[in-house]
Amino acid sequence: MTLLGGSALWLAFLLGVWGAIAGFAGGRTGRPDLQRSARHAVFAMCAALLTAVFSLEWALFHHDFNVEYVAAYTSRNLPTFYTWSALYAGQKGSLLFWATVLTVFGSLAQILTAGRHRVYLPYVAAVTAVVAAFFVSVMLFAANPFERLAYTPLDGRGMNPQLQNPGMVFHPPMLYLGYISITIPFAFAMAALISKRLDADWLVAIRKWTLLSWLFLSVGICLGMWWAYVELGWGGYWAWDPVENASLLPWLTMTAFLHSVMIQEKRGMLKKWNLGLIIGSWLLSILGTFITRSGVISSVHSFTQSGVGYFFLAFLVIAGVTSFTLYAKRLPLLEADTHLESMVSREASFLFNNLLFVGIAFSVLFGTLFPILSEAVRGTKVTVGPPFFNLVNIPLGLALLLLTGIGPLIAWRRASLPNLKRQFAVPSTAFGFTLLILLVVGVRDIGALLAIACGGFVAGTIAQEFWRGTTARHRQYGEAWPLALARLVGRNRRRYGGYIVHAGIVMLFFAFAGMAFKTETEATLRPGESATIKSPYGWTYTFTHLGISQYDALNRLVTAGTVEVRRDGKRLGLLTTEKRQHVDALGRSTFEPSTEVGIRSDLREDLYVVLGGVVNGSEQAVYRFTINPLVWWVWYGGMVVALGGLVVMWPGGGAPAVKRAQAGYVVKLVEKA
Amino acid sequence: MTASDGRTVGQSDWTRRQFLAGVVGLLAFQSVSPTVSQSDSLPGAGPSGKLGDPQRAGRPLEPVTARDNLAAIQAIEKRLKCTCGCNLDIYTCRTTDFTCSVSPALHRQVLARYDAGQSGEQIVAAFVAEHGPAILMAPPRRGFNLVAYFLPTVVVVIAGVLLTFALRRWTRLAADRPATAPAGGTPASPAELERLRHELEQIDA
Repeated sequence: MTLLGGSALWLAFLLGVWGAIAGFAGGRTGRPDLQRSARHAVFAMCAALLTAVFSLEWALFHHDFNVEYVAAYTSRNLPTFYTWSALYAGQKGSLLFWATVLTVFGSLAQILTAGRHRVYLPYVAAVTAVVAAFFVSVMLFAANPFERLAYTPLDGRGMNPQLQNPGMVFHPPMLYLGYISITIPFAFAMAALISKRLDADWLVAIRKWTLLSWLFLSVGICLGMWWAYVELGWGGYWAWDPVENASLLPWLTMTAFLHSVMIQEKRGMLKKWNLGLIIGSWLLSILGTFITRSGVISSVHSFTQSGVGYFFLAFLVIAGVTSFTLYAKRLPLLEADTHLESMVSREASFLFNNLLFVGIAFSVLFGTLFPILSEAVRGTKVTVGPPFFNLVNIPLGLALLLLTGIGPLIAWRRASLPNLKRQFAVPSTAFGFTLLILLVVGVRDIGALLAIACGGFVAGTIAQEFWRGTTARHRQYGEAWPLALARLVGRNRRRYGGYIVHAGIVMLFFAFAGMAFKTETEATLRPGESATIKSPYGWTYTFTHLGISQYDALNRLVTAGTVEVRRDGKRLGLLTTEKRQHVDALGRSTFEPSTEVGIRSDLREDLYVVLGGVVNGSEQAVYRFTINPLVWWVWYGGMVVALGGLVVMWPGGGAPAVKRAQAGYVVKLVEKA
Repeated sequence: MTASDGRTVGQSDWTRRQFLAGVVGLLAFQSVSPTVSQSDSLPGAGPSGKLGDPQRAGRPLEPVTARDNLAAIQAIEKRLKCTCGCNLDIYTCRTTDFTCSVSPALHRQVLARYDAGQSGEQIVAAFVAEHGPAILMAPPRRGFNLVAYFLPTVVVVIAGVLLTFALRRWTRLAADRPATAPAGGTPASPAELERLRHELEQIDA
């Protein structure tokens, strides 16, 4: 099967090269046979790569430890769930996953793109084929997943225990899907630039793809935070690690695009900016892949250092120079149709919103790369960790949060003073009221105060928008309140889906503010002994060590510590935290012992208990107890963001409804006249 | 066979009604407090038993002392990076990665200096002198590092100022241009445009 997989890789590479040549030539000459051939090359490439994936999964499930990748990431006693996910647990397999998913997306783009955008498709096929062929070439020349060993081990090394977590099964594919699918909007942007068809058509063709990519990336980032929180044991979910930052960068620029694209759609402005954002987002996704895979910046999340980094660096430079040269050549064709009419307009607020998104992206990128810059310029190694990123990015983030609430309050084109007064009354009251409550209950952390108060402002804006829209429907059509709300959202999914996303963002900021009140302590306890810790809410938690138990599980030897939890003397229950020594099928230890955290979560705070180890081989245990306020809001905020994204993306309900509404409006004007 | 409270196991003294009431009560209790587990007995304080296989519990640890939890120590250690390659600060590493032997050693150095009467700044400076500035979780705010701290904000502020000027210029340009009617459309009178704006505002409201 590995012979089949290796052959499939070569076939995919050749198909990619042909698809690129046929696509560019077919697009330029207009020859239908070449255009068809390019399209078929993408489909065939997809089939070849799916065959390669099947071959690798076959090797994984059949424990073919003669294949280096299988021996490095699995063992006979690895649960089936994780044997499947071993496909992308290592560098080589994840490259195969990347290329395969890209060709799946590329094929879908060829199939699903509406007829009037088909003029772009030969170039889209060509760009997709180039990118996929690059990934396949990296596998063929530097990281072949089908490479065989000179001998066959009795059992494999097994999977890193920290990857044996459901979050790690879903988080990487989601993140990859986000990274990979950016290639499709990029391919359409390149197609528009090459073909010089830079009207609004290309924008329509890519908006949903960008949204899909943004959605996958959002979900992937949130799942990554969840995995880090429940698995790594450090009691947080975001550490400003270079690999985490790399995932945030394209998310920021794509979010900027999803806002500024509205200005292009409604007013024919910002064409240059939008194209630049799409190209930039794609290059940032490749930069993220380079950072993750090259080992150029040290990160706990990155794959082991290997030579593939040079491939990615070269590809990044060539792709960046090519795309921006083409972009610069086409700038004269990207003039705006109209001009901004007023400084106080939604267009202007969106421009400042874009400035902040891109500013934060620049700040994160600059901070991430600063250790390299410092070493190159001054010869001094420095570390750029969470204190730096928090200091630089929190003010920018708060300004962005505030703009999230301000933008929807300002009318398109021009806002009048009475209109502004009416629009800002409720959100400003919400801001002041929230701030007052926080001050009264004793919150003094300036960052938390501003984050929650700005969140109150945005929540006020969202509530006002939903209230006014629902009330208008209720009055005008006599619909019941729930029906009016449902139809309000259903008839204008982009607008109200966007507000749902904003609500999720408010929840996330609320959660981030909570981490300012994190409390933690370490204790060594004999069975029956207790440790106490004071919660930011004023409660006293008592953790009583009940004892240590040891038992064997499928592929691990477990040492579990159990504590009883009481809040102000009232018993809440038990929490168990584990040390796991993973072993292979022959009983040999495979990795250092890992930690499983005990977590009790509610709306207000999380109790987070970690078993550090034991003293002198006895039941005297070392625990770390942490109280993390408001963490629940991160996960549910993430879900709300994803829900909002789905509402925006949900097909149908758009054009006919808008047409009906517009028709109704014209009739109304005539009647009044 | 008897349970710890003396009742005979297996002999039920509950009526069906009591049982159902208990089940309903238990379900109601679970629905309002899903994380509360059932009650069990405490083993009581006593000498610690030996584990069957201490190896599987990881590296043997020293008992935690009150000094390990001092806020001052935590604050110092959160400014210093563990040199094991984990990218974490000393405090987080020693309380998270219990396989690391570097962070406990660095922690002991911090404690020794603290006990010797050194202030937080002196301890941090001693670590920088020994390991270089890369030991700090954030670059010191001086010299070339100021570029890292200020450049992003300065860039955003300058871009904001430029954007404001550009917006003013665009709005002036737009004001200078005569309004153009869409091709094939009927030109609207100022009164009609005003009414349209009023209607749109009403929709917005």
